[in-house]
Amino acid sequence: MNDTPPYPVPGPGELFVRFTQVAVSGFGGVMPFARRMLVEERRWLSAEEFTDILSLCQVLPGPNIVNVAVCVGARYHGVRGAVAALAGLLTAPFFIILALGALYTQYGHLPAVAALFRGVSAAAAGLVVAMGLKMATSRRLRSAMALFTVITFIGIALMRLPLVVFLLGAAPLSIAAALWRSK
Amino acid sequence: MNEETLAQLAMDFSVLSLIAVGGAITVLPEMHRSVVEVHGWMSGSEFAELFALAQAAPGPNVLVVSLIGWKVAGFAGAVVATAAMCGPSCVLTFAVSRIWQRFHGTRWRAAVESGLVPVTVGLMLAGGYLITLSADHSWPAFAITALTAAVVLTTRIHPLWLFGAAGLFGLLGWV
Repeated sequence: MNDTPPYPVPGPGELFVRFTQVAVSGFGGVMPFARRMLVEERRWLSAEEFTDILSLCQVLPGPNIVNVAVCVGARYHGVRGAVAALAGLLTAPFFIILALGALYTQYGHLPAVAALFRGVSAAAAGLVVAMGLKMATSRRLRSAMALFTVITFIGIALMRLPLVVFLLGAAPLSIAAALWRSK
Repeated sequence: MNEETLAQLAMDFSVLSLIAVGGAITVLPEMHRSVVEVHGWMSGSEFAELFALAQAAPGPNVLVVSLIGWKVAGFAGAVVATAAMCGPSCVLTFAVSRIWQRFHGTRWRAAVESGLVPVTVGLMLAGGYLITLSADHSWPAFAITALTAAVVLTTRIHPLWLFGAAGLFGLLGWV
């Protein structure tokens, strides 16, 4: 992308270590920590470059933060860099989460743990509701395009349509509408 | 665990990987549909509990699929589900990241970006609705969900504190 990076090029090892640090410090969403590391601490990317990469990663399917790791790694060392950043992002949290899962299987049947989890599950659901509402009230949605939000909610939440089938119909229509509006 | 289940996990999550526009959480409704309704691998409550565990743990939210895979088919299931959920989209991202700069500022790139936003938001809202129905079985639970959402929307408090408080309410036998 950029021929002359203004800061020292990180090696695959450093990509791995930095993305591991970002991953294990990110509770309930890793992206803010990734931004801080990439833009403010390491200065591997300028704020504009980060925004550009993020917008690409949001358009492409797949977990956004995983896509960001691939883009940043690929930028410096191609496939090797992408694999290093990706492995850093996923390896430690993968084993942490399985350890938690094992603990939960072991003790989840205890009445106290089950009771605790009824509370935590309700809060975790609230977190998703909040994310949805926050996005729904953002400025980008204040147009007739919001109709597609309503259609999506009805199709997926209420009618329980398979997502593939729904997206094949709705995504092209929504993009076509955006293209038409941009005329 | 039998290979058929692993193959099913691999197939389901590879498809999810490629249709997860806007991130892993947007396919929460589809994961729920596949895991709970189509295959009957676990109950809706168990699904909500695994999701809560993944949210409370450090790391990318996508790792809820590792827990689902693990629950369905042990360690091999966790590896297969995680690789299937990340693999296809990573390959695509890698390829596109090499050419995306060329389309900087073009009209159709902007249309793709702004066209997918409303659909993504709809998927997010659907995910919140469905995970709430799976997680909450009493009115205090619904109250916690509503309160958490309200606090997250109006303050900058770290979600872990809310998880802690909600867990305490649960321990006290109120949920």
